[in-house]
Amino acid sequence: MIPELGTLAMVLALLLAAAQAFFGLAGAQLNRQSWMAVVPAAVAGVWVFVVLAFGVLAYSFIVHDFSVSYVATNSNLELPLLYRFAAVWGAHEGSLLLWILLLSTWALLVAALSGQLPIAFRARVLGVLGLIGVGFLLFTLFTSSPFTRLMPAAADGADLNPLLQDPALAAHPPMLYMGYVGTSVAFAFAVAAMLSGKLDAGWARWTRPWTVASWMFLTVGIALGSWWAYYVLGWGGWWFWDPVENASFMPWLATTALIHSLAVTEKRGLFKSWTLLLAIFAFSLSLLGTFLVRSGVLVSVHAFASDPSRGLFILALLIFFIVGSLTLYAVRAPTLKSEGGFELVSRESFLLLNNALLITAAGLILVGELWPLLMDAFDLGKISVGPPYFNMVFMVPGVPLVVLLGIGMHAAWRRALLGSRKRQLLILGGGGRALARRVAFAFFGGPGMPLTIVCLAAGFFVMASALIEPIEQWRKGQQLPRAALGMAIAHFGVGVWLLGVTGVCSYKVEKDVSLAPGESTEIAGYTFKFLEMHKVQGPNYDADEARILITKGGKTVAELPTQKRTYRVNRNPMTHAGISVGPTRDLFVALGENVGGGKWSMRLQYKPFIRYIWLGAVIMALGGLTAILDRRYRVRRTAEAGAFEPGAARKAV
Amino acid sequence: MWRYFAPAVAFLALGGLFAYALMRIDQGKLDIREIQSPLIGKAAPAFVLPSLTDPPHQIDSHALAGKPYILNVWGTWCGECRAEHPALMALARTSGLPIIGLDWKDEHSDARAYLAQLGNPYAEVAADDVGRTAIDWGVYGAPETFLVSADGIVLAKHIGAISEAVWEKKFAPHLKNGGRS
Repeated sequence: MIPELGTLAMVLALLLAAAQAFFGLAGAQLNRQSWMAVVPAAVAGVWVFVVLAFGVLAYSFIVHDFSVSYVATNSNLELPLLYRFAAVWGAHEGSLLLWILLLSTWALLVAALSGQLPIAFRARVLGVLGLIGVGFLLFTLFTSSPFTRLMPAAADGADLNPLLQDPALAAHPPMLYMGYVGTSVAFAFAVAAMLSGKLDAGWARWTRPWTVASWMFLTVGIALGSWWAYYVLGWGGWWFWDPVENASFMPWLATTALIHSLAVTEKRGLFKSWTLLLAIFAFSLSLLGTFLVRSGVLVSVHAFASDPSRGLFILALLIFFIVGSLTLYAVRAPTLKSEGGFELVSRESFLLLNNALLITAAGLILVGELWPLLMDAFDLGKISVGPPYFNMVFMVPGVPLVVLLGIGMHAAWRRALLGSRKRQLLILGGGGRALARRVAFAFFGGPGMPLTIVCLAAGFFVMASALIEPIEQWRKGQQLPRAALGMAIAHFGVGVWLLGVTGVCSYKVEKDVSLAPGESTEIAGYTFKFLEMHKVQGPNYDADEARILITKGGKTVAELPTQKRTYRVNRNPMTHAGISVGPTRDLFVALGENVGGGKWSMRLQYKPFIRYIWLGAVIMALGGLTAILDRRYRVRRTAEAGAFEPGAARKAV
Repeated sequence: MWRYFAPAVAFLALGGLFAYALMRIDQGKLDIREIQSPLIGKAAPAFVLPSLTDPPHQIDSHALAGKPYILNVWGTWCGECRAEHPALMALARTSGLPIIGLDWKDEHSDARAYLAQLGNPYAEVAADDVGRTAIDWGVYGAPETFLVSADGIVLAKHIGAISEAVWEKKFAPHLKNGGRS
């Protein structure tokens, strides 16, 4: 009975979402005040019923209702409570429900926090979000209902994929989806602007915090996924250019570009049509990711059970939203005029370069992602495009991007002016290079490859450059506006991230060995001794656990346990790596197979600076959070009419 | 003016590509998971292995020539193989071809008990204890199924559990000209 309530709640949510879409879009078009007035109520109604459906599914997991097919395939009597809850989004059907829950949550937030928007504009934004909701609710109800019954009910479930039984992974999908789905808000703002034909500084200012918010979640979500891959997949890698990783990275790049382009549109009234296009791209790439993961057209560790009929449905949604909005764009964009020019060396031109580089990176990744499909379509044989290609197409735009970032932050709007900063930046650049060489010598005992030095120097340079303004303001006893401070923090994070990436990529050491208890081996100056082997029992798995003692120069560094788990129900083996964390390096041990003769294969790794990759991402996200909290996004509510001219906001930041 | 339509047109082309890919998946022509076996169109790797069911007897792949056959890689340790088992039993009845089992890195007693309990779809079962033959055949996970022509050429390969639908789409078309390559 309870699961049927879930279906019912979804049907009601669908009807309300249809009302939200209709009254929002038609009400604004026909200027019916009463129609537009009901939209926020519809938004709240959708949210309530989606939460109800989600709650029903969670309840079915918690009470082990194995008469629900989705529960029976993704849970088990022995599965701990936390993972029973996380299992709600552990596979295709439930993760779609999570998608919808987050979409309706974003819509609710927009409805609640956008009281200052003109009523017709707000109705259109909510109407577009309602339309997206209708699409996904239909998709879920018709092709992927999580509430389908299993007759007869199973006595016990098949258990959640062991790879997903991990705290980071319980949090990874909600964060990532929050980011993915958040791009729909910027998209809805863009479509609403195109429908109304009005795109001004006010529009850009309203869109900015929402875009930054979704970018922030996307950043955290991607970082969590990377961290999880590092210690759960047992390979010690942190990024694999897996098609699904790319699917989350491309919207991130597009959203990053959008944030920067919005700044120009708000402050200077330029790049308007480009900003619209980016808002559409960011959302399109999110939808594309959803399609690629669930249709089975690409191979990936993440792929859900693929089903071409589902693929066809999402493809139809994709075409409806993307071609629809791009057609609207084609009609509207020619009427948008930029409000003035800018000089060759100005903040505008730096931001234009930033956009060009980010979009080039995203475009080349997309080409690599789709290349195998194209090859197949034209019968040119099967190939797979791997890390060598992706590393290359990311490095080529990426390195100049970071260097330009350190300079561009200090360029003035409109005019060719770096002023006194020019000297400061040159000093910081030289300092960064000297520091990079010192780090290479101190930690790795060599001059380092030219590219390594360039990347380390760029990292240090950006970190220092980001700090210039906050430090100057602090010395003067003034406070930087939150938006500017957020920018500085986020850019500092980029520098930290780059140090991590460069350290790992240039200096990591990996060794695969077979050891018997008592034997030892050495990598990067650390001695790894295999102490002993014993059995361990977890709640739903049995494991062989090895203990490894790591010493350096006779001193104990760490004693790490590492496990080879076998989950009792689906018999999948899983490696649980042992990791010693440190500020300058991680030491990583992953247990492999029993190769006979008392020996076990293991993979030992030395990963310098790897923590900075995730730390950098966290700092970036914190920068985003700081920027969202800027007063100017809140205080203006009362003075909205006055803020319509682009000039009004020019002085802030 | 028309240049503003470029993004929409570009995306429509992309949508066309996706639709085409989905259609090919649906027809079973595109399985992106599957890396095309380099063995297809080449001579099947030879093997001489002890028989599982008739121990002293050796199974020599040369003796199989002259008639097309199916080679199925399995093991009692493989859950997917158990799921595939009924389809193999059906195939043994309907395909008219002998199915040669390659019991991969398995306990002989377990394997014999398994076949006794669930039924034996195989004309012969070769025991590949060390996994050498599986390596020759490029097997990277059980179950995998190969179709070999009368003149000893690998015609098709399927990774994962076989089913009647897979048989009809991927294997049966090769047998139209009497199983010659």
